[in-house]
Amino acid sequence: MSPVNYLYLAALLFAIGSTGVLIRRNAIVVFMCIELMLNACNLALVTFSRMHGNLDGQIIAFFTMVVAAAEVVVGLAIIVSLFRSRHSASVDDASLMKL
Amino acid sequence: MSASAVHSLWTTAAPIQKIDAPTIEYAQLLPTLIVIGAAVVGIVVEAFVGRKVRYYAQMFVTVVALVAAFAAVIGLAAGGHASTEAQIAAMGAIAVDGPALFLQGTILLTGLVAVFTFAERRLDPEAHGNRVDSFTAQAGSVPGSDGEKAAVKAGFTTTEVFPLALFAIGGMLVFPAANDLLTLFIALEVFSLPLYLLCALARRKRLMSQEAAVKYFLLGAFSSAFLLFGIALLYGYAGTVSYAGIADVVDGTVQSIDPALADTMGNDALLLVGGAMILMGLLFKVGAVPFHMWTPDVYQGAPTPVTGFMAAATKVAAFGALLRLLYVVLPGLRWDWRPVMWGVAIVTMLIGAIVAITQTDIKRLLAYSSIAHSGFILAGVIAATPDGISSVLFYLGAYSFVTIGAFSVVTLVRDAGGEATHLSKWAGLGRRSPLVAAVFAVFLLAFAGIPLTSGFSGKFAVFKAAAEGGAGALVVIGVISSAIAAFFYIRVIVLMFFSEPKPEGPTVAVPSPLTTTAIGVGVAVTLVLGVAPQYFLDLAGQAGVFVR
Repeated sequence: MSPVNYLYLAALLFAIGSTGVLIRRNAIVVFMCIELMLNACNLALVTFSRMHGNLDGQIIAFFTMVVAAAEVVVGLAIIVSLFRSRHSASVDDASLMKL
Repeated sequence: MSASAVHSLWTTAAPIQKIDAPTIEYAQLLPTLIVIGAAVVGIVVEAFVGRKVRYYAQMFVTVVALVAAFAAVIGLAAGGHASTEAQIAAMGAIAVDGPALFLQGTILLTGLVAVFTFAERRLDPEAHGNRVDSFTAQAGSVPGSDGEKAAVKAGFTTTEVFPLALFAIGGMLVFPAANDLLTLFIALEVFSLPLYLLCALARRKRLMSQEAAVKYFLLGAFSSAFLLFGIALLYGYAGTVSYAGIADVVDGTVQSIDPALADTMGNDALLLVGGAMILMGLLFKVGAVPFHMWTPDVYQGAPTPVTGFMAAATKVAAFGALLRLLYVVLPGLRWDWRPVMWGVAIVTMLIGAIVAITQTDIKRLLAYSSIAHSGFILAGVIAATPDGISSVLFYLGAYSFVTIGAFSVVTLVRDAGGEATHLSKWAGLGRRSPLVAAVFAVFLLAFAGIPLTSGFSGKFAVFKAAAEGGAGALVVIGVISSAIAAFFYIRVIVLMFFSEPKPEGPTVAVPSPLTTTAIGVGVAVTLVLGVAPQYFLDLAGQAGVFVR
């Protein structure tokens, strides 16, 4: 199978993830959609790496995984502290600072 | 697959190739290494030093590290690394050249001033006999809960802010110097993640602070995912992530395209979409319209010292990275990105200035003003000339100190609920405390770009470069939006000096020498760069050449 198909899949996953960020209301689900976008990036990187026959893309994918893990640590800490003080993780409820 | 088959796979794999150890020019990376190293030391201090002396230990480590790193930057610049000796270090990952060193110096100085405001402990009234700073007693406690009260009573403090700030500064030092897309991405995350946390740590108005952190985090992570996908596409386009390598493919100087890769390599769709996505990620960080929506909420909700730090240092780092990307990687694509950036700069200047007029909160007002300033700086970026680079460098240096100074003044004006940020409470401040109001007026005049302040020299340099670079229409719009912006800056000054103070109005806290230093440095830089900018313009002019 042509590796280009994996690029289409990566683009599709990225689109699903970014749509999810825009339409979902729960901060945790929004965050999961962002993780999906990062995974789509990884798939694209690895596919390009295969097509070019060099390893750069695969190495970047490892870095992305580490970054995603660090992001989870920071992000969950922030979202959980918000949830504990409001008993809601909805991004619509977080509207203290509307104009 | 049986066990023996696996074994034969191992033994028949290709012989181990010798991998050469990379050569790292440690001396040239010294500023970053000092700051990151001190951040790690700060973590150890946090773990092992007693609660009473931790604050002083952290302050000592942080200040010494920042001063040492600044000395290292000066040393590198004096050694000619900013001009003749400029080169690419760490196997092509980091550029050590004029713009990188200039911006690193600026980030370190603004970081040092910001750390002074972080350490301020005289503004809030003492809680149970303990002096407290702007940061929450215990970030994990629920606002208003018994746990929080117990933490305040026990005198807990969040001294983690110092290592967090150091990590953020470390990432910011790498960001404008990154010379491949992977380093760019990692540096972005290294400085963003601590900032998300710092936003959530306010002592007062904690719900707002947490909300600001969630918004900043979700939108920041969203934008960095776009940046990463853009990196993937550019990698697919060029087959490399190094800036010079991509630029060669863009320019068409690489002629030997492997036919097997012809599908992707040199495919313009990948280049255009990938470049646009990376620009989106960077424009989010500089707060340019239409990626500015996070700015007012985050600036308002974050603890004010953090807001000042973020507004100043993040902008410096992000514009540095944007300049390098546009001037080193994509100069061959100039005719494609210039019209887009024109549009972004125009809407950024206008929307920042116009929406600021309707604001009633001083921190939101400064946030929209920072959006408008992003637009002015973008005008210099668009010039695409050496003057464009140096004018942007100068503007960033001038703007960052004014910003930190202005937000430091905001921390001083307080009422029972903490900082009194509503504009109506600032009425008559000039009658009650003329000095503070006068200092704030100086900063506002600098934001407005009135002559004899650094804002004027900066704006003049940027608009001159833009006009010479063929962006005359942009300059006209820039001047118009400066005039709009001047209206609301002057309105605040009028409010402070020409209206009657309210009897129940806020008080002005007397700061410790720490905040006084921060404000004093802001005023001094504003006036020196306004009255005698030539030396610094020359400095920025000499620094304005990228190594490739």
